[in-house]
Amino acid sequence: MSSTITLPENPPPLKAQSKNLDFYYSDFKALKSVSMPVYEHKVTALIGPSGCGKSTYLRCYNRMHDLYPGNRYVGEISLLPDAVNLLAREVDPIEVRMRISMVFQKPNPFPKSIFENVAYGLRVRNERSRSFLEDRVEAALRGAALWDEVRDRLDEAGSNLSGGQQQRLCIARALATDPEIILFDEPTSALDPIATGAIEELISELKKKVTILIVTHNMQQAARVSDYTAYMYLGELVEYGDTKDIFMKPRRRETEDYITGRFG
Amino acid sequence: MDKKTALPASVRAARSAAKADPGFDDSAGPIPTAAMHADQIRSLIRIAKRYDRLFALLGLLAMMVGILTLVALFTEMVIDGAPRLNADFFVSFPSRRAGQAGILSAWVGSILVMLVTALFAVPVGIAGAIYLEEYAKKNWFTDIIEINIANLAGVPSIVYGLLALGLFVYTFGFGQSILSAGLTLALLILPIVIVATREALRSIPRHIREAAYGCGASQWQVVHDHLLPYSTPGILTGVIIGMARAIGETAPIITIGALTFIAFLPPLPGTGEPPAGLFDWLFSPFTVMPIQIFNWTSRPDPAFHQNAAAASLVLVVMTLGMNALAIWLRYRLRKSIKW
Repeated sequence: MSSTITLPENPPPLKAQSKNLDFYYSDFKALKSVSMPVYEHKVTALIGPSGCGKSTYLRCYNRMHDLYPGNRYVGEISLLPDAVNLLAREVDPIEVRMRISMVFQKPNPFPKSIFENVAYGLRVRNERSRSFLEDRVEAALRGAALWDEVRDRLDEAGSNLSGGQQQRLCIARALATDPEIILFDEPTSALDPIATGAIEELISELKKKVTILIVTHNMQQAARVSDYTAYMYLGELVEYGDTKDIFMKPRRRETEDYITGRFG
Repeated sequence: MDKKTALPASVRAARSAAKADPGFDDSAGPIPTAAMHADQIRSLIRIAKRYDRLFALLGLLAMMVGILTLVALFTEMVIDGAPRLNADFFVSFPSRRAGQAGILSAWVGSILVMLVTALFAVPVGIAGAIYLEEYAKKNWFTDIIEINIANLAGVPSIVYGLLALGLFVYTFGFGQSILSAGLTLALLILPIVIVATREALRSIPRHIREAAYGCGASQWQVVHDHLLPYSTPGILTGVIIGMARAIGETAPIITIGALTFIAFLPPLPGTGEPPAGLFDWLFSPFTVMPIQIFNWTSRPDPAFHQNAAAASLVLVVMTLGMNALAIWLRYRLRKSIKW
């Protein structure tokens, strides 16, 4: 089964692109020849039923799979402008993760202070200047729309914040290093509707500065925040296109069934 | 009593509704029901609760066997030993006269030996555990190491003593010294430290590791910035419990030949002629608390038995103190770590 890919007529600049990407958890083939573009300063959403491989695909972008034995990539993801293949053996996963950061499903702040949580990405880069760190932490917290709530208690533990605030803290942590892409893995699935709204608003704001790839279970969320949508099923990319087209006039029957709730 | 009339009205209504359904097939007879009369339920609960009470009673008895034995031993020790506990007892050397004998060389020896044990077992144990848990590839070789460590914790301590006698005392030529004793006890508690450290590392959730790696941290940065600080409470608990075990160990210390009558103190750490003299204390003969106790217990004069009881009391208080410290530290440090 091949993918139905509808590219925009006047495509924005490309930020990354996967080509014939296969992924294996030991013997299980979790991704089957997934090829799709990721456009710069746009939000690309990955939707599909549980187990369809959307998180697996996302986690290829920062080589998260390298942490566990038995995982194997075939194919490539090229990151522009330098067209480096993120999955190449000679590319260090640390380099990839310094360029592409991630926000996880469950808010996962470190058991450290709010300041140290945000500054960690910079500390990893041996950044020692206190004033630089302070500036960057403030900028990141402002970028994550959290600064006004925590400016007076940067030394408090990040785990004391509410769930929605913790997730924005994690977004600030991801933002602090000025990444080229931010990966969101179902960032609102553990949050209440109000916190979810705040995060969605934030994502729409963030795309002015950074390219975003988001996995979501929630189709309304994909429709609200994304510019492009990819529907995946059983490890394959079924359809990719402009979000409006995917939701209004999908070209594949499977996509339509999923979107209208007849399946999944 | 007719069973049918005993059924609650709601159940009867549900049944007749089911029968009224045109699709309902009545050929198999009435549907068996799980519904029960309230009296039946109550008598079932009464029977079930009887077992609850029976087990609670048995459990209490089982617990009392342990606790009461301990209390009895401890009380006897206090009654025998307490009269001998005075300041002189702590600052006197052993003596042929029971009334003048003290535990100075024993407690100083114990503390110095523990110092060596900690200095060796803590870094080696933690490093080994981190390697096994974070760096080592999971294969048959690491599986064997793992099984080995689990088994080492069960090896009788005298075996460690024999190993140390051959290795430290003779092969390395450390002699019957504080260094040999400290290293022996370090080997003895190494499995405890390793197991505790690994448990602590494993209890750190995966999503915290992923967050750290996701920031672009290298493996060592993740270990140093996250895993070690977050597992400190667990590691400390393991170390202190290991030390509490080591301080009471007698067999391996006797095997490597600790003396039982020492009427002098080893040079204190850092007091000798620098630079080499600073380490004189490591090679000094020594005795430790359990050996002093053993020595006094084996004498015929009952006055020495009082000394033994008093020294045991001191040793027990030291051990309990260390355990209490472990609990307190764990409680204090855990409070700051939440995920």
